[in-house]
Amino acid sequence: MSDWQHFAHGADIGVRGRGATLAEAFAAAAVGLTAIVADPLRVSPVESVRVECAMADLGLLFYEWLNSLIFLMATRRMLFSRFDVRIAGDTLEADAWGEPVDIARHAPAVEVKGATLTELAVRQEPDGRWLAQCVVDV
Amino acid sequence: MDLQGLRRESECCWVIEPTGTMRVPAILYADEPLLRGMDDKVRQQLCNVATLPGIVGAAYAMPDAHWGYGFPIGGVAAFDAERGGVVSAGGVGFDISCGVRSLLTGCRREEIVAVQQELAHELARAIPAGVGSTGQLRLSSSEMDEMLTRGARWAVARGYGDVADLDRVEEHGSIAHAKPGSVSPRARERQRHEMGTLGSGNHYLEVQWVAAVHDARIAAGYGLRQGEVVVSIHCGSRGLGHQIGTDYLRDMALQAPSFGILLPDRELACAPIHSELGQSYLGAMRAAMNCALANRQILTHLCRESFRRMLARAELRVLYDVSHNICKVEEHVVQGQLRSLHVHRKGATRAFGPGHAAVPESLREFGQPVLIGGSMGTASYVLAGAAGGEMVAFSSACHGAGRSMSRHEATRRWHGRQLVHELAGRGVLIRSPSMRGVAEEAPGAYKPVEEVVDAAERAGLARKVARLEPMICVKG
Repeated sequence: MSDWQHFAHGADIGVRGRGATLAEAFAAAAVGLTAIVADPLRVSPVESVRVECAMADLGLLFYEWLNSLIFLMATRRMLFSRFDVRIAGDTLEADAWGEPVDIARHAPAVEVKGATLTELAVRQEPDGRWLAQCVVDV
Repeated sequence: MDLQGLRRESECCWVIEPTGTMRVPAILYADEPLLRGMDDKVRQQLCNVATLPGIVGAAYAMPDAHWGYGFPIGGVAAFDAERGGVVSAGGVGFDISCGVRSLLTGCRREEIVAVQQELAHELARAIPAGVGSTGQLRLSSSEMDEMLTRGARWAVARGYGDVADLDRVEEHGSIAHAKPGSVSPRARERQRHEMGTLGSGNHYLEVQWVAAVHDARIAAGYGLRQGEVVVSIHCGSRGLGHQIGTDYLRDMALQAPSFGILLPDRELACAPIHSELGQSYLGAMRAAMNCALANRQILTHLCRESFRRMLARAELRVLYDVSHNICKVEEHVVQGQLRSLHVHRKGATRAFGPGHAAVPESLREFGQPVLIGGSMGTASYVLAGAAGGEMVAFSSACHGAGRSMSRHEATRRWHGRQLVHELAGRGVLIRSPSMRGVAEEAPGAYKPVEEVVDAAERAGLARKVARLEPMICVKG
């Protein structure tokens, strides 16, 4: 199970992912991103889309990661529920697995406009696990 | 919000004097209960905005202010380009040129009641709304450039609406100095299927009736008559604007150190107006403003078609169209001097007073209409820019009710179907493809809009003209 949660932000919503590795935390946060729109458990991972981004700053790499997914969700009109993420240095490569939006089955609540720099944090916690989070504009 | 350290200048005006790196004061317009209800983050974000280079006057918060990203939502700040002023992508927001257009139907409430169910069904069919919805229009690259350059004028030339509409749209429907070349391929791609769509979240198309007239003279001048019906469309520049916000927020965060700008928080990322990045953003943002104006023009046309199928005599003349997420160059008098300023309004509506040259001639003696959206199922308001408003927050007013509760909390408290049923019992028909979306937008998740507009009036930001009550609400 992905370790993600939402946190409150006045008009918008925060997404937070945790994992044993940086890549796991990024993948968990991406499930949390989908959960803003629809229940990830209802999204079948039937096709994959390759995502690549690079940023020297880890926080901005996370910003780019979520915004790449938001771009794919909007332009392919898809939802994603499984993320195979690989991070090496300042480069992220991932396969996002999902399916086209089905209004009746997914009952999508809201479009996501973009991930923001607000409450943006990527860090290793004292227990050694990784955390990645930011506020998302909806 | 903790009120310690705030000086109450008048009933609805509170001042935080500059401390530390703040260059100007922070000023909040609200009564005490509204202010106490605001998140402390509003205060923190406003004080952060007050530290930015070239800021003029003060950093202002409107009565509906809430925690945003970088700037508070309901925030206003003006910058002088000649004094190192900056432009901020976060100070405009992701939903560039989100705004409200109101249309006068000329129909009485009873006429709509007689066809209310059918009209709700027809509007829900005709207006693309919600996640994954697409418009009818597909633009070639050159048509996209034309749309991004000419805005609602382009839409009218394509057969969406009438030339007469343009007089009642901010900047006559077309924002000058747009640079389609500064709009990324990703932003264009995101817009390919989204022309003429409403979006989701708090965006809506609402059929409303004039339930109360607060200022008879101005209401008559605006064409608002008690018991008559108007349509209000609340949406913005869709995926194109969202992607421009995303692109430039990142670029400004990356380049801020090279400009020597010390930011209290990276979310305030900005660029000097006189920089390549600043100019590029302004050009792209203006293109997005044109996209929003074109989008509302297309939705106006679709709405007219629906009305005419039901009510042949419906006119749907434009009352006004004004955005509330923008940065515009305006002239304002500051300490006796006329200065050209880049005014950021994020979740704040321009509110020029009577006689201002930018207000259409037919409305000029009354002041600019200020269109305030309430929450789904509650009232909306038409206000008018107040005389003397230019001395208050650079002629700005609130933009809506403002959320008082997170989306998560709203879905815990309310169920979409139940809300739709309850509102139908009160004569308000909600049409949405998403019941969870309806729950997230529950009226109870917003501040009472009456308190917000009352505070705006008492603060001298704008005058109340009319209260609009919903009859049909199409949501994403």
